[in-house]
Amino acid sequence: MIRYTFARLTSLIISLIVASLVIFSVIEVIPGDPASFMLGINAREDTLAALRSEMGLDQPLALRYFDWVIGMLQGDFGNSWTYKTPVSELIADRIWVSLPLAIYALILSTLIAFPAGILAASRRGGVSDVTIMGATQMGVAIPNFWFAMIMVLIFAINLRWFSAGGFPGWSDPIQGLKSLTLPAISLALPQAAILARIMRSSLLDMLSEDFIRTARAKGLTRRQALWRHAVRNALIPVITIIGLQFSFLLAGGIIIEQIFFLPGLGRLIFQAISARDLIVVESVVMLLVFTVIIVNFAVDITYAIVDPRLRRKS
Amino acid sequence: MHKLLLSVTVSTFALIAGGTSAQTDITVAIQLEPPNLDPTGGAAQAIDSVLYSNVFEGLTRFDGDGAVVPGLAKDWDISGDGTVYTFNLNSGVTFHDGTSMDAEDVKFSLDRARSEDSTNAQKGLFAGITDVTVIDPMIIKVTLDQPNGSFLFNMAWGDAVIVAAESIENIASNPIGTGAFEFSDWVQGDRLELVRNDDYWGTPAVLETATFRFISDPTAAFAAVMAEDVDVFVGFPAPENLPQFEADSRFQVLVGNTEGETILSTNNKMPPFDNLLVRKAVAHAIDRQAIIDGAMFGYGTPIGTHFAPHNPDYVDLLANSPYDPVKAKAFLAEAGFPDGFTTTLKLPPPSYARRGGEIIASQLRQIGINAEISNLEWSQWLDEVFKAKDFGLSIVSHTEPMDIGIYANPEYYFQYDNADFQALMVELNATADPAGRTALLAKAQKIISEDYVNGYLFELAVATVAKAGVRGLWVNQPTAAVDLTVVSWAD
Repeated sequence: MIRYTFARLTSLIISLIVASLVIFSVIEVIPGDPASFMLGINAREDTLAALRSEMGLDQPLALRYFDWVIGMLQGDFGNSWTYKTPVSELIADRIWVSLPLAIYALILSTLIAFPAGILAASRRGGVSDVTIMGATQMGVAIPNFWFAMIMVLIFAINLRWFSAGGFPGWSDPIQGLKSLTLPAISLALPQAAILARIMRSSLLDMLSEDFIRTARAKGLTRRQALWRHAVRNALIPVITIIGLQFSFLLAGGIIIEQIFFLPGLGRLIFQAISARDLIVVESVVMLLVFTVIIVNFAVDITYAIVDPRLRRKS
Repeated sequence: MHKLLLSVTVSTFALIAGGTSAQTDITVAIQLEPPNLDPTGGAAQAIDSVLYSNVFEGLTRFDGDGAVVPGLAKDWDISGDGTVYTFNLNSGVTFHDGTSMDAEDVKFSLDRARSEDSTNAQKGLFAGITDVTVIDPMIIKVTLDQPNGSFLFNMAWGDAVIVAAESIENIASNPIGTGAFEFSDWVQGDRLELVRNDDYWGTPAVLETATFRFISDPTAAFAAVMAEDVDVFVGFPAPENLPQFEADSRFQVLVGNTEGETILSTNNKMPPFDNLLVRKAVAHAIDRQAIIDGAMFGYGTPIGTHFAPHNPDYVDLLANSPYDPVKAKAFLAEAGFPDGFTTTLKLPPPSYARRGGEIIASQLRQIGINAEISNLEWSQWLDEVFKAKDFGLSIVSHTEPMDIGIYANPEYYFQYDNADFQALMVELNATADPAGRTALLAKAQKIISEDYVNGYLFELAVATVAKAGVRGLWVNQPTAAVDLTVVSWAD
């Protein structure tokens, strides 16, 4: 187990180093000078030079890379060029929108997908199965931003139950949660559709397994066998998908955040890319990569705990 | 918790005090969020949109029609040779941190903007200043190296506002000015709040609080106005929705002019555009109204030169380049391109460029010019088109007020090099007398129109959608600003 953990940890560190190199070099070669973006078309050459040196852009590339990495190791992500505030503060503010939104959407999608998937599997070929599969087909096919616009039209413009967007902050948790509801539903529906289909097919696979037949032979009804044995075992692939979806929801809300003008991480990256605020882009992307790598590491370790065969293989 | 209690108490109080009288808070949406709050350190228009006149003031200022009126300077004397400006400052002006505003602050602001390590995006405004001297706390003397007819105009820009040495360090996050509103809070990515400055030196504002929100997506903008989440949207991004608001009695729609001359920028040094006849052909191939209708849903004023049509000095030169594809083809043949040619059309992100570009490309195809469109991000555009001058054609709106002077710079990205025009601009700068300036400006407009330097398309319009009860909003945008100092609600 210790050797296995050590091996995983080594690969984690190598992944992080490679990721930091790739992120830094890719972002640095994007055409576009941040200084001239900030100063516009009337800027004079000496002003541009003054700003470039203020932002440290006149330093050699390698030096800037090491400054960035060493800063991050000490928890210092540097200062945003456009906002002129520490990147860590920007991220800290935004994470309180993106993280709750991702969790909210994940809970919603799970709450929808589990019953739908189980129902469809247990009534395989029946009316509810066909209906649910039809609905999920649509859910997978229709993009989440379209759902978002339709919901704004119905619930914000016509019914006035929700505001059309924006985020009032967590000082009033009810209002905060309310403002994240439409975005969370828009994010959750397509995810729920995918999850429900996986839940269904994974359950159906289980239902044809030998141990289910044994359970039935022992006298359990089809329903009892489903609930006691099949659902639990079917959860393993489903949980893997939920893990993947979480990373997607955390970083992938860019369009939804744009539609609901939410101050989240996605919108921060979007604004930073167009403003060539490279330091912000690099740090946020690195943070997201770090999160994904850590989650994968945790999953690897969990697998090893669950499945002893994995430990011996390494 | 304390903060929460306090705000509850305050709002309850406001509710009681408000009683039956009109609303005293307003929520204003604009498209872009300011990157930071220092109007003297960046070109982002959003900074001025939020802060100009509301929080920061200069020696002079623009009013809603673009006229230059006194600001922090009460009045001024100009020496006979036009090189020395002596400003008398208003007394009793304080910054929002309580420190007083006097001639030392003016000197500090001007010297800072023109210093070597200045990061002022419009440093050119201060280029002619050779000396700034404090005569007494209320009098400041500015000396120029040569007469400059637009000096008072320059001092009205958002980049020339007066800041204080005491508060300059944190200006980007905590702007301290002298205006009728004080900065109160900024939740980055979401909203920015201003509160009324009760110690304001001039006429106090009617509104007590103002909240700015930042909504760039056109669909979201429409939803926010329809759901009445915002009271005012300045620079509404979806012109196709305006008729719907006009028909709705809850709203008013104000369509005004900006200082944005939208032009088909032409690389005057790159063959075949170095040939006047080719540029003339292009100018005659353009159907301005089709572009305004197709790209701007009918909002915009056709222009025949690089000058704002609402400016009193504007000369209507549309007759120089009427839409006439037959003539255009003839000019092209005369230039030696009877079968046309292929060139690039590099478009920045705004919809006037992207939509307008498609229409212009098809109009140019009519006369045999094949314009290959490539869509660029702003920073790419700045690199490729503006800096490297690697383009044949581009479309861009030049939003700086009174910027005809760019044609005197042969290094400017469209690379127009005409010694007569350059001499004319020197003469203009040295002329302060209004009648003389008008004549010179008319001549300048004519030269660039007859040289067909760029394709002159239209003056960019700005649409403001507001609740019906809002009064005192600027209709035009003579500079990027949402001046709330005289805005109020009808009872």
